Amino acid sequence: MQTSSWVPLFPDSASTFSWQVDALYAYLILISVAFTIPIVVAIFFFAIKYREREKYATPEEMHGSIVLETVWSIIPFVISMTIFLGGAIVYYEQYRVPDDAMDVYVVGKQWMWKIQHGTGQREINELHVPVGRKVKLTMTTEDVLHDFSIPAFRTKADVVPGRYTYMWFEATKPGKYHLYCAEYCGLNHSGMGGWVYVMEQRDFDNWLAGNVSGQTPVEQGKDLFQNKLGCASCHAGGADQRGAKLEGIFNKDVKLVGGATVKADEAYIRNSILNPSAQVVEGYQPIMPTFKGQVTEEQLVSLVAYIKSLSGDTSPTSQSQAAAPAANTSAANTVAPAKPAANANK
Amino acid sequence: MQNVDAIESGISGQPKVNYLTNGFTLKSWLLTKDHKRIAIMYLITISLFFLAGGLYASAIRLELLTPETDLLTSATYNKVFTQHGILMIFFFLIPSIPAVLGNFLLPIMIGAKDLALPRVNLLSLYIYWVGGLLTVYALLQGGVDTGWTFYTPYSTTFSNSYVMAVGLGIFINGFSSILTGLNFIVTIHTMRAPGMTWFRLPLFVWANYATSLVMILGTPVVAITVLLLAIERTVKVGIFDPSIGGDPILFQHLFWFYSHPAVYIMILPGMGVISELISNFSRKKIFGYEFIAFSSIAIAVFGFLVWGHHMFVSGQSIYAGLVFSFLTMVVAVPSAIKMFNWTATLYKGSVSYDTPMLYALGFMGLFLIGGLTGLFLGSVGLTVHLTDTYFVVAHFHYVMVGGQVIAYLGGIHYWWPKMTGKMYSEFWGKISAMLVFIGFNLTFFPQFILGYQGMPRRYASYPPELQVLNIFSTAGASVLGVGLLMPVVYLGHSLIKGKPAGDNPWMLPGLEWRTSSPPPTENFEKMPVVTWEAYEFGEESGLDLESARSRNSAAVVS
Repeated sequence: MQTSSWVPLFPDSASTFSWQVDALYAYLILISVAFTIPIVVAIFFFAIKYREREKYATPEEMHGSIVLETVWSIIPFVISMTIFLGGAIVYYEQYRVPDDAMDVYVVGKQWMWKIQHGTGQREINELHVPVGRKVKLTMTTEDVLHDFSIPAFRTKADVVPGRYTYMWFEATKPGKYHLYCAEYCGLNHSGMGGWVYVMEQRDFDNWLAGNVSGQTPVEQGKDLFQNKLGCASCHAGGADQRGAKLEGIFNKDVKLVGGATVKADEAYIRNSILNPSAQVVEGYQPIMPTFKGQVTEEQLVSLVAYIKSLSGDTSPTSQSQAAAPAANTSAANTVAPAKPAANANK
Repeated sequence: MQNVDAIESGISGQPKVNYLTNGFTLKSWLLTKDHKRIAIMYLITISLFFLAGGLYASAIRLELLTPETDLLTSATYNKVFTQHGILMIFFFLIPSIPAVLGNFLLPIMIGAKDLALPRVNLLSLYIYWVGGLLTVYALLQGGVDTGWTFYTPYSTTFSNSYVMAVGLGIFINGFSSILTGLNFIVTIHTMRAPGMTWFRLPLFVWANYATSLVMILGTPVVAITVLLLAIERTVKVGIFDPSIGGDPILFQHLFWFYSHPAVYIMILPGMGVISELISNFSRKKIFGYEFIAFSSIAIAVFGFLVWGHHMFVSGQSIYAGLVFSFLTMVVAVPSAIKMFNWTATLYKGSVSYDTPMLYALGFMGLFLIGGLTGLFLGSVGLTVHLTDTYFVVAHFHYVMVGGQVIAYLGGIHYWWPKMTGKMYSEFWGKISAMLVFIGFNLTFFPQFILGYQGMPRRYASYPPELQVLNIFSTAGASVLGVGLLMPVVYLGHSLIKGKPAGDNPWMLPGLEWRTSSPPPTENFEKMPVVTWEAYEFGEESGLDLESARSRNSAAVVS
C-alpha cells in the first residue's frame, strides 16, 4: 500500500496541504540556490583573483557604499517578506479548522495514541480516515506533551495536558502513512507511533461496520451526565435548576459573575468541569464541586461532546453516524479508563 | 607612528617575563587576576566539556547507524542526547568564544591592562567550575533524560532522573555568563586606550559587546525559569504542571525567551571572529564597518522578539505564530548584511590562505546554509511540517557547529601564536580545516533530507527506509571527529616543538599584534595611543611594512 512520492527525497504526499507545503519548500530551495550560487561564486572568484601576490601588500583602500548596503538590505527584506506571506497563508489554513469536518478525538498517553471516532469506534496507534473528507482532531493528553505528526499530510500539532489542541486535514490518496509522536515524551518516545490508513469511502464504511463498538462520544457523555456523574441533578430540570443552563450555549458569549464575558468553547466547558469556581456564570452560586481526578480525559471529551450536542451542534457526527451501525449501549469495548493525570506520575 | 616600541615585530629573544612565565605555582594560577590566565583556564575546561559532549555525539551517531534500538537502550539514548545538548550548549558553546578568546583578547584589543573587574572575572570562572562540577556529578550519578529543553510537565513531574542537580548546575553557571557579560560591557565603556574611539574598535569587540548585552538581559530569565521549575518539583506549587494548576506552555515561553537569544550568544561572537579573519587575511579594511557593527546590535535586539518561533505548533494562537514568523524574517536581514559585507571585503584584497582563513571561508559557506535554512523554519506554514524533525537538528548544527565552532577554531588558530608564542604546523592545520568542513557537511546535510521526509528528532529508532541517509551522516561524523581531534595533536606539539611565532607573524595592525607574544602580564609595556582606524593596513597604521617585506624577501632568497 505504501507509495512513494513523485519527487525523489520527498515523503509521500497525501493531503490537501501536501502540494502547498511542497511548493513553499521548492520556492525556498530556489531562493537558497539563487543566493548561494552568486555568493559562493563571488567568494571563489575574489579569493582566487585577488590572492596574495606579494607578502604584506597594501591593497587600495575601499570605503563602504551606502547604495550597495541599501540594496542588499532591501532585497533580502523583500524576499523574506514573500517567504513570510507564503508561509502565513499555508499556516492560516493548517490551523483554521473548517466547520464541516468529521470529528475524531485523540488522547495521548506515554507511549500510545488512543483514538475515538465520532461514531464510537476506538483504535490505538492507528487512525483510519476516508479519502476526500475533512477530518478534525480534537486532542489532549493524560500525562506529558506529545505531538501528533503525519509527515505525508505535512501537518502536526502539539498535544498539551490540561487543554485541547486541534488539527485538521483532508487526505487525498488512499494508503498507509507514518504516524509519529514528534514531541519528546520520555522513555519510549520513538516507539509512540503507528499508521494512518487512508481508505476509499466505501472501504471506510466497511471498516466502520466491522468495528462495532461502544457508544458514540455524545451517548457516552449523556450517560455520564445523567447517571454516572450526576451532572443532571443541577444542570437539568428547568427554570429553577441550581446549575447554569447548558442548552444552546456552545460557542456563544456567556456573562460571568463580575461582569466579564467568555466564549463557551470546548476549553471553557472543560475548565468549568475541572475548576468550576474559576469562571462562574452570572446569576449562579459557586457551589459546584470540582471533578478533577474523578473524570478521565476520555470521559471529559465525551462530556464536552454531549454538552456541545445540547446546542444542536451535532454536525460533525451526524453525517458519519448515518453510516454507522446502531449504537450499542454496552461499554464492553471501551478502552480501560485511564488513571487521572495527577496520579500518573510513576 | 608613535608607539613604535610596541610594534617591534618578529625576532623575539629578549628574556621578558610574560604572562605564562610570571609565576609557576598552582596558586599563581588559581588566584590570578590576569584575564589571560583566566582565559587559558577556561580554554582547558571547555575543551574537556567539548570532548565529553563529542563522545555523547559519537554514541548518538553510532546508535543511529541502524534503525533498531540496539547499541543503546532507549533510556540510555535519551540521556545521551540530553547530556550532549546540555554540555555542548551551556558548558561549551556559550562560554567558548567570549570566555576564552574574548577574555584573552578583548582587553588587549582595546589597549587595556586587564578587564575592568579582574576579581569578578576570576569569580565567573569559579562559578563556571562549580556549575560544571555539579552537572558532571549529576551525570555520573545517573544523568538526566528530559532533553536540553527541560519541557514541562515531563521535567517536573514525570522524569525520574537528576533534573534538580543538573538544573542547579545550569542555574549556577548562568551567573558566570552574567558576570562575564557585565565585565565586558564595563571594560569596553571605560578602559579603551587613548584614541581607541568606538568606531576604531575591532568588530570582534563590537560582537562581544552585543553578546554581553544578551547575556546580562537574557540569562536572568533562564535562572528564574529553572528556579520556578525547582519550586514546582520540590514543593509542588502549580506553575507549569496542569494537574496542579500550572501551564506547560508558560514554561516554553520563559525557556525560549532566554534560549532563543542564547542562540545569538552562541553565534554573534563567532561572527566577530570571522570579521577579524576576513579583513586581516585580505589585508583590507572591512567593507561596511558600521553596518557590520550595527547588524550585531540589531541581531541582539531582534533576537529577544522571536522566541515564539520555537512554539509554532505548541498550540499558541495562530496570530502569535504569524507575528513571530514576521519578526523572524526581519532577523534574516542583518545576517544577510554581514554575509554580503564579508564577501565584498575580499574584493580587490590580498587574500592569503593561512589556516585561520580556511576556517573563515568554511564558515561563510556553512553559515550561508545555516542561515538560509533558518528561513525555511521561519516560514510558518512550512515549519509545521519541519518542526521537531531532523531538519531542525541539521539547521541548528549548521549554525552552532558550522558557525560558532568553526569560528572558534579559526580564532584559536589565528590567536594561538599570540597566546602561546609558538607557531603550529600550517600543513596539518590546513588538512584539519578541510577535514572538518567535509566531515561536517557529510554529517549534517543528509539530515535536512531526513527531516523533510519526516524523521522526528530524539528518536532512538526509526523506520528502515531512512537508514541510508543515516549511514551517510554517521560516516561524516567520523570524518568530522578526526578533523576535530587533529588540532589537539598539532597544537599540543607546537607548545613543545613549535617555532617561535614572533610578535606579529602576519604583520597585522590590531593592537594585539603590537605587543609581545605571549604578552606580558600588563599587556603593554607602555600605554598604547591609537592613531589609526580599524583595519588600517597601509602606512598610516604605523607598521614597518617595508622592513618586513625586505626581511621576508631576504628569507625567501636565502
